[in-house]
Amino acid sequence: MAEFLSLQAAVSRYIDDGDTVAMEGFTHLIPFAAGHEIIRQAKRDLTLIRMTPDLIYDQLIGAGCVRQLIFSWGGNPGVGSLHRLRDAVEQGWPNSVEILEHSHAAMACAYEAGAAGLPLAVLRGYVSSDLPKVNPQIKCIECPFTGEQLAAVPSIRPDVAVVHAQRADRQGNVLIEGIVGVQKEVVLAAKRSIVTVEEIVDDLGASVNACVLPSWAVTAIAQAPQGAKPSYALGYYERDNAFYQAWDEIARDRERFQAWLNDHVLEQGAVS
Amino acid sequence: MTLEFTASEMMSVTAARALTNDMTCFVGIGLPSEAANLARLTHAPEVTLIYESGTLQTKPEILPLSIGDGELCESALTTVSVPEMFRYWLQGGHVSVGFLGTAQIDRYANLNTTLIGDYRHPKVRLPGGGGAPEIATNAHEVFITVKHSKRTFVEAVDFITTVGFGRDGKARDDVPHIGRGPTVVITDLCILKPDPTSKELVVTSLHPNVSREAVIEATGWEIRFADSLETTPSPSAHELDVLRRLKARTQAHHAGQS
Repeated sequence: MAEFLSLQAAVSRYIDDGDTVAMEGFTHLIPFAAGHEIIRQAKRDLTLIRMTPDLIYDQLIGAGCVRQLIFSWGGNPGVGSLHRLRDAVEQGWPNSVEILEHSHAAMACAYEAGAAGLPLAVLRGYVSSDLPKVNPQIKCIECPFTGEQLAAVPSIRPDVAVVHAQRADRQGNVLIEGIVGVQKEVVLAAKRSIVTVEEIVDDLGASVNACVLPSWAVTAIAQAPQGAKPSYALGYYERDNAFYQAWDEIARDRERFQAWLNDHVLEQGAVS
Repeated sequence: MTLEFTASEMMSVTAARALTNDMTCFVGIGLPSEAANLARLTHAPEVTLIYESGTLQTKPEILPLSIGDGELCESALTTVSVPEMFRYWLQGGHVSVGFLGTAQIDRYANLNTTLIGDYRHPKVRLPGGGGAPEIATNAHEVFITVKHSKRTFVEAVDFITTVGFGRDGKARDDVPHIGRGPTVVITDLCILKPDPTSKELVVTSLHPNVSREAVIEATGWEIRFADSLETTPSPSAHELDVLRRLKARTQAHHAGQS
């Protein structure tokens, strides 16, 4: 059964230095509060996996938590670059970060294969792309039935999955609504999982086919109201597009980024 | 009366016109999203728009800043998981058109959104592939819209993130279950289409008041022009009005937050 913990306790207990951590949420429900707690606890040498690193990984990379990044689209959506990611890759600041990059289709398939307990994912992908030349995780296999050449990538099996969701009930069952991304897949693929939620309720109010994670499939739940901001939680608050635009200026400059990190993350207390 | 319009309005309107009611379009963020929604709000109200965040048959009132804004989900027929989107709907063959933007494009319509320079020591690191590598091969055909400049239109891309027709124009030959690839490229200067045999991009239509020299100047290879070179029809007053109102709504919405 899922254990209810404070976010501080959940991050402290279940994320170790050197872990492979996947914090997911496809534009929606990005677990920023948990990311900030990881920064405050100064976790180091993490391998981070995420389809779209987004501002959350830009912040973790700039804060020096990251050794390796596995991703498929590393920009600030609709705005431009992730400057902290670029600074780490291009200049090695604050430390060099090794990157392994995929396409979205391959990562989505790799999460699904991880949830299914398989060692690899197979897809009709990467045809004539240069990505297989620079990412040794991308291989080609032959279909044993038709002979067709298909792409194969290793499944994603992180040490820890971290996701945000709308709500949990008091038994620890979790409801995810709206753009569900790979939230279910990453939790089922990981050895341990931390789910932050907007609120804890008596009744989830889930429809019969809703995306629900049963309590026994989740390790820890922490209440973190507004824990996905500046991304959004459908039914609770909208995406703060103005902040995404403002981030471009904040993250462009090392000192300005560090001042922001200090004021908005390091000197803030943990939620709940 | 002659209407006044900008080059980027000309591009958006022309890109929108490429879409029809019977298409199911997998939409990239930015210029493709603007064009696809303009089509939906003008001549193609029944066009089916799909975004990679899992939103099927979406009808946003404002243009999303990201591929997964709430607007897309709330106005969609339904929203599926991202693995389902790529596996069942795209790879399964249900997408007729992939609509993409790019940072670099070359004479064989290969796209680079990964980096400028050397992979291990990039001059400029770009966001990467995202959905494009598989959209370009699993959609039945691909439309591309991008601003025309020498930095963007290069002889050969530094990195093939997403294949057009490969380094020699033959990358799709004899590959099973692969789409036709790029069929049209719409810029702020002209329309280009791949030569049926060589697959090299050829200018088939110049936008009003754009000279051949302007296109040659903005292209990084010896660009060819079709024998029967056309002039792209100008935007109508209605198209311009809908586009301007869409952009004004979008800007007001995104700025009004925080």
